Amino acid sequence: MINLALSEKRPVTSVQVGDALPERELTPDNVQLFLYNAVLWNAHRIHFDEPYAKDVEGYPGLVIAGPMLGDWLHQCVEEWLGDSGRLVSIEYSNRAATYIGETLASGGTVIEVSPAAGEVRIEVFIKNAAGDVVTPGVATVMMEAQ
Amino acid sequence: MTTLLSDELLANIGRQSTPHRELVTRRDIRKYAIATGNRQRKYLDGDQAPPMFHVALFWDVVELEELTPDGVSIDSLLPKFPLERAMAGGLKIDYLKPVHPGDWLTATRTLADIYEKRGRSGPLIFYEVDMLIVNDAGDPVIRERTTRILR
Repeated sequence: MINLALSEKRPVTSVQVGDALPERELTPDNVQLFLYNAVLWNAHRIHFDEPYAKDVEGYPGLVIAGPMLGDWLHQCVEEWLGDSGRLVSIEYSNRAATYIGETLASGGTVIEVSPAAGEVRIEVFIKNAAGDVVTPGVATVMMEAQ
Repeated sequence: MTTLLSDELLANIGRQSTPHRELVTRRDIRKYAIATGNRQRKYLDGDQAPPMFHVALFWDVVELEELTPDGVSIDSLLPKFPLERAMAGGLKIDYLKPVHPGDWLTATRTLADIYEKRGRSGPLIFYEVDMLIVNDAGDPVIRERTTRILR
């Protein structure tokens, strides 16, 4: 596991519109999906019963839980931000389903910097292997002025 | 214009769930952080709850007989809608205070709105559920608005 004791604190003035957040490849498997839904107490069969997911609900495979994709947007922002600020708000939507076996990626781009308020807005995404954005969002973080 | 939304259905707007109080534990935080593939030590060790931990903390712990054969629990806050196929949903979350092990948090859910739009392939029903999470001092900790679409 990489150590993400993140770099030195950065002020809001070090951030510019267009800055890209590091992309992360995500390859969730059955074990991770099982643990996630167990933690939630979510027993919906589309997440662990492949014949059910395909034959009854008509999905091509086991469906990755929507809120887990949302969580990865948060991780993308927090890993980039480190100790330089705080994630205060996020908006996102699950536009399309994703399935076990797919390779996904998280990432983002700074779209607005308000130095006086210490506020930065970031467009974030989860993409599938085809490059389609399946979970778009916008996060707001607060950073220190100096 | 005809509408799918009867006055009886719309009368459910404003309906609230019973407040739900839960204890944040280090063990539950660790499980959540590991299952989501988190890479930050403070979360993996359970020193602080990562954002969205509240999703797990306040997911209904229902008994086996309350689950449908599909493994789904029925959300008692929601009325029966005339459309049933759920499409994509959206979330807006405000994080107002950090969450640590030992915190007691109370969540109250409100059915905030029900409205209709005409989609390309027919009518769509939107509904919005607000969840307000407060600590024992009554301070807001997290505010969440979920929007869901039925077709």
